[in-house]
Order: sequence, then C-alpha cells, then structure tokens
Amino acid sequence: MEFLPTLWFILIAVLWIGYLVLDGFDLGVGMLMKGWARNESQRRVLLNSIGPVWDGNEVWLITAAGATFAAFPHWYASMFAGLYLPLTLALLALILRGVSIEYRGKSHSQRARTCWDWCMAGGSFAAAFSIGVMLALTSTGLPLDEHGDRVGGPLAWFNGWAVLGGLAVVGVSLAMGWAFLSLKTLGAPREAGNRHLRRYLPVYLLPAALWAIGVIIRYPKAASFGMIVLAVAGMVISWVASTKRKEGLTFAGMVIFVALGIGAIFTSMYPNVLPSTIDEAFNLTITSASSSDYTLSIMAIVTAIFLPLVLAYSAWSYWTFRRRVGEQHIPESAVVTPV
Amino acid sequence: MDPLEVARWQFGITTVYHFLMVPLTIGLGIVLVVMQTAWHRTGKEQYLRMTKFWGKIFMINFIMGVATGLVQEFQFGMAWSEYSRFVGDVFGAPLAMEALIAFFLESVFIGIWVFGWGRVRPRIHLAALWLAVLGSVVSAYFILAANAFMQHPVGVESVDGRAQMVDFWAVMTNPTLLVHFPHTIFGALAVAGSMLLGVAWYHLWKRRKDGIDTVDDNGYVVVGSTGSKARDETDYKGWRSSFRWGGWIAIVAFLGTAFTGHAQAQMMIEQQPLKMASAEAACHDGTGFSVLSVASRDGDGATTCDDVVGVFEIPGLLSFLAHNDFETPVEGVNSLIPQYEEAFGTHLPDDPRYGERAGSEIEYLPVMEVTYWGFRLMITFGGVAALAAAIGLWIGRKGTVPYDKTLMNLAWLSILAPFAANSTGWIFTEMGRQPFTVAPNLDLTGVDQVWQFTAAAVSPGVSGEEILFSLIALTLIYALLLVVEIVLLVRYIKGGHPAGMHELLADEHDDDEQDKPSSDVLSFAY
Repeated sequence: MEFLPTLWFILIAVLWIGYLVLDGFDLGVGMLMKGWARNESQRRVLLNSIGPVWDGNEVWLITAAGATFAAFPHWYASMFAGLYLPLTLALLALILRGVSIEYRGKSHSQRARTCWDWCMAGGSFAAAFSIGVMLALTSTGLPLDEHGDRVGGPLAWFNGWAVLGGLAVVGVSLAMGWAFLSLKTLGAPREAGNRHLRRYLPVYLLPAALWAIGVIIRYPKAASFGMIVLAVAGMVISWVASTKRKEGLTFAGMVIFVALGIGAIFTSMYPNVLPSTIDEAFNLTITSASSSDYTLSIMAIVTAIFLPLVLAYSAWSYWTFRRRVGEQHIPESAVVTPV
Repeated sequence: MDPLEVARWQFGITTVYHFLMVPLTIGLGIVLVVMQTAWHRTGKEQYLRMTKFWGKIFMINFIMGVATGLVQEFQFGMAWSEYSRFVGDVFGAPLAMEALIAFFLESVFIGIWVFGWGRVRPRIHLAALWLAVLGSVVSAYFILAANAFMQHPVGVESVDGRAQMVDFWAVMTNPTLLVHFPHTIFGALAVAGSMLLGVAWYHLWKRRKDGIDTVDDNGYVVVGSTGSKARDETDYKGWRSSFRWGGWIAIVAFLGTAFTGHAQAQMMIEQQPLKMASAEAACHDGTGFSVLSVASRDGDGATTCDDVVGVFEIPGLLSFLAHNDFETPVEGVNSLIPQYEEAFGTHLPDDPRYGERAGSEIEYLPVMEVTYWGFRLMITFGGVAALAAAIGLWIGRKGTVPYDKTLMNLAWLSILAPFAANSTGWIFTEMGRQPFTVAPNLDLTGVDQVWQFTAAAVSPGVSGEEILFSLIALTLIYALLLVVEIVLLVRYIKGGHPAGMHELLADEHDDDEQDKPSSDVLSFAY
C-alpha cells in the first residue's frame, strides 16, 4: 500500500462527501423552489434558508476538483475530458443556479422571478444529475485506451450506471433538502419536509443505495460490506427519526448514509480511481494516476493546517445563522428606483 | 473539426470574460474594506452609506465571478487533458490550495458579511469583510502562481516527459509571479477607482441637475438637501468621498501598474524575448521603441516580419525600457527565431499526440497584430483611465461637478477603460506565450527541459464538435448574463445610496421604527 496516494484517495472521498452533504441540501432546496414551493413567500423562505451558506458549500466541489487535479492529474484529465458533455451541462447548470440565487431578489417583475426560479430548480436538478453521472462512472469505469483517453465518441460514457448515479445524487439532494428545510425553517416547508421524509425517505435514497451495492458486488470487499450495512442503518435511523419528528436525527442519519455510502463505494474501487471498461490493464489506479510523493506531501501538510480551519469557521457560520427562517422573518422585497 | 482552435477560442473567451468580474471583485473589495473600517472608526454616516451602496454593486458582480470561475476549474481537464497530465504535479497544487485556503475564506465570510448586518457584532462583521477580501487577494496570488509557471517554469524537473515539482517554495516565489501579482492588484484597483469616480460623478451631476446642489460665484459647491434622507447633505458627502477616493485610487493604481509593468517587461525580455519582440514588432535588433509600426500584407493576409515598417520610433527608448540604458540593443524577432529553432526544433515531432499537426512547421512568432496592439491598447486604456481621473479630480476640485451632460457621459465611459486595459493586457500576455502552453526558458534562468507546445496540450479523446457545443452554449449564456449584470448594475447605480439602504427612502415619521427593524425580520434577505 502506497501511503501518500492512499491518503489522498481518502481525502478526495472526504471532499466529495463534504460536497454531497453540504451542497446536496442546497441543490435539493433549489429543486424544491419549483418542485414544491407554490407562492412567493414560500420561495423566499427556501432561498433564504440556504442564503448565507450555499456559496461556501459550493467551494467543496471546486476543492474536490482542484485536489483531484493536484493529487491525481491523470484521474482529473481522463475523467473530465471523458465526460465532456455531462460536465458542460454541470457547468451551465451551476452558473445559472448560482446567479439566480443572487439576482432573483433583485428582479422587479414576476416574470423575471419566475425565470430565475426555473434557472434555480432546473440548474440544481441538472447539476446534481451530472455530478452523479461523474461520480458513478468514476466508480464503474469509462471506455479509456491505454493512454487514458476516451474512445467511442462523445456519448461513449452513457450507460445504466450513469443514469443510476444521476438519479442517486438527485435523490440524495432532495432528501437532504427536505431534511434541511425541516431543520431550518418554520411553518409550511418544515411540515412538508417532515411529511415527505416520513413517507418517501427510502424512495429518495434508493438509487444511491443501489449504486453503492452494485459497485460492491462488482468489486467485493469485506470493509465495504460493513460500511454499506452501517449506511443502510443510517438510513433506517433517519427514517425512524422522521416518523418521530426528530429533525436533527433525521438529518444526521442521512449524513451517515451519504458518508458511509460514498465510503463503501470508494473502498470497493480502491486501488482503482477510474477503471477502463476496455481493458483492466488500462485502469487508472492510485499509483498510476497520482502526483509525485513530494507534491502529495506538501499538499497533505497544507490540508492538515487549513482543512480544520475551514471546518471551524464554516461551523461557526452555521452556528451564527442557526435560527430557523419563516415567512414572518422575510422583509418586503426592496424595489430600487432611480434617485 | 480541429479541436485545438475551438478549445483555444473557448479558453480565451471564458477567461477574458471571467476576468471582467475578477478585478472589480478584488479592487472594490479592498475599497469596501477601507470604507467599512472608516465607518467603524469614525462613525460618520456617509461611510456606512458608501459601504452599503458599494456592497450591493460588489455583490451583483461577485456572483458572476463565482459562477464563471467554476468553468476555469473544470476546463483544464475537460479541454486540455494533455496539458493537465503534463503539469498536474506542479500546476494542480496552487489551484487546490486556492480553493482550500482562499475560496473557502472568501465564500464563507462573504455570506456572513451579507447576512450578518445586525446579526453579528459590528467588530466581527467588519472582520468578516476583511477575511473575505483577504481571501480574494490570496486567490489572486495562487492563480497567478499557476499562470507564472506557464510563463516561466521554475521549481520543477522533467521526469518521464512530465513536469514534476521539486521545489514548492520556488514555484510560490517565482520572480515572474512577484511582479505579476502587484501588477494585477494595481490593475484591479484601477478598475475600482474608475468605477467609484464615474458613478460618483453621475450622482454629483444628478444632484446638480435636480437643483439640490448649486455653486457660488467662485464655483465652489453649495450643498443642499431635499429634506429626504435619500438626498440630504450626508448623501452629498458620500458621493464626494467616493469621487475623491476613486480619482486618487485610479491615479495611484495607474502609477503602480506602470512601475510593475516596467519590471515585467524587463523580465519578459529575459524570459520570453520573443513575446516582447513581437509586442514591439521589433524584427531587427535595435534600441528604438516603436510608437507606431505598420505592415504591408502579403498574399494570404498574414503579417510576416519583413513587412513591418516603423513609422515613428523613439531612439533608445526600447533599450531604456529593457536594460535601463540607451545603447544596449534589444534582440529582434529575426535573431530570436533561429535561437528557438535551434533549441526546440523547426518542426513538431512526428508524434500522435500532435494529431494532424504532427511534423508540421512550428510558428514561433506569436500573432504579431495581437501582441503589438494588445500591448499598446493596454497602455493606452490604462493611461486614458488615469488621465480621466486626473482631469476629473481637477474639474471636481471645488466640491462638485459641472452641470454638463457631455462630461457626465464621458465619466460613464471612462469606467470602461480599465476593464479594457485588463482584458487587452491578458490577451497580450497569453497570446504572446504562444506557441507554448508552458513557455521554455531560453536563457535558462528557470528550468531547462520543461515546456510544452500548445498543439500537444488539447484533450486527445475529445472531438472538436463537443468543444464547439460548449463554446456556443457558454458564449450564449455569458452574453445573456452580461446583459443582466449590466442592467442590474445600472439600476442599482442609479438608485444611489438608497439602493443599498432602503430605509433612507422611508417617510420621516417612520424613522425610529426603520432604524431599528424588529429583531424578527432579517436585515437582509434574498
């Protein structure tokens, strides 16, 4: 076992877990802007529940991509180039969704606001789906030649795993979104969140569970069996908690499910980071894809210093904005007129 | 379809676009820090109004920088996978650290700042802004470290044909980076300075137009008030401060870019002599600086070096710019190209990674029209902005601006000049780096043997059509969003201080209630 590449493989799994847990609920809430909210004040409650924190959450994605580039350049290169079209979709979706958060409230007409709502909901859905495609395919493989380049054209990546992964991240995001709303809002969204999770929580998480189990069957490992059992236990805890209106525990159970589910998938993949579906000899592994030990150790030192800091001030930000948001807290929207 | 050309256009368009937002974020961020600190220290209300107004302008622009920045993080892998494999060991590290050290700081604390008015203690709220802006400045350092590596690779050695980092400290203290960074920060401040001056000019003009402010017989301002808080004396003081600050920031920033730019040019002559020579259209060794050169065009429309004719040259100036004396000649294109050909070959290797270009002749000379004009336009736009600021400060020295629509429109226009200077500067420096992604060190002050042709950098498995699709989609969305951003900026700018402080518009009677919103309602909400 190579120590540094393994450490970085684990760190990248941690970054993806951080992204799915934190931006997951942002994306879920974004989808619910159209999927659930029926009037202006509900939409504004949803938007403001994630308002102070969504931008910091999105940085987990940038960090995951950047860390993959730095620690496993070949993984980064083969995965991002191989999935050119889905990642283009992810970018367009994330651009529209991010801008809509800031610009929605600055629009003066209902039509413009509706337009931004669609950008928010559609963008959140498309971003979640395409990131799911990427994560699923890095666990099950792309048609790569010996040089790590995709063969077979722009849609060669498309298969059932891609769809399952897309649905998995959409489902997880929606579940996390509901759990976040029941934890962070007052009134209608909170009630809707509790009701939905009580009824449908396993449905939301089913595609993710199937993806994880599929990967484990493909590359069986005792440790990943253990993790997936615990992940499912987390899901059960979350579901039971939701029937008893224990909102914090519902959310926590879901975090356990995501963390251990992704943990199980990454454990199964190891030491592959991106398998080739053409020939096992072309698989990208933690050693064939990684940077030099020098780079990995510098990066490890920097991460050891700054990741705890990031976690600390992010936690402080959540603490500062811990209060629930309800319709009564939303000020009238300001109309800006020329002086 | 040729993926290389499309990929280059895509990188150029998305990066230049992203860098319309970045300098305003950095420059205005620094200015905001000063404004809010001034309010915190003096308690003068005009600084609060300035902070809130400019904070809105900042956020409208900030989000666009965030959204378009994602593309930068992804497209190295998507469109330039061979480049990513070649440099990942050294180039990925600053990108990852930028995210971990700078972007988290910036994003988390900007959220606290925006939503934290009245929620966290004033001192903490101010600290949040400091940290967010610190994050944006630090991010500039990291991304410029990555860019400086492409201009002047250091701290690496070639292992199995790839750049492998051996000295992280050298990468982070690359001499190119050390002049790049202040140049970029001054460039960002120039943008913020002109923005402050132009917008404040508009509002001082509007106050004259609406008959609020008048001038006495000596031309000095007589400040008035409409009785509403939105147009009172404090409103005037705010615009007056923005006006003065903006003018001085623009001038200091221009001087800063000039001095650091001079240092950059001297370094470039050592590190990338062909870039500097092509910026000068200097075909032959010489000492003169070309103010204007023209070229006759040959049959296929390309400019070759032999066609260039200097129309007006200042003798000795180029040597002074390069070496601080008037005699040492600077090498021209005609003597540099053979040196490159000797060091890096006349033809691309017959290697499949060069695709259809394998074995073709290497054009070492960057597109000279672009480098020559990019360099000159950068300086011109920068100078125009500084000149406009100086004239503006002079015209406004008596406390307000003339009631003159033409001058006001010119003030609006001058806001654009530093944006244009930033764009043309980057187009010059990146086009001048061609035909390399990682430019070799001819003089060996950096690392030998680590360089890459752009032709070898593009993703081998990705088709030109795929890249064309993303190029069209991104360009369309970017164009639409630019319109939206400008509409919103203009709306908020015209709204003046009340655009950032809605309570200024409230009826006088409601003042007490409005000053202290009930603790239940958020002081800011989307």
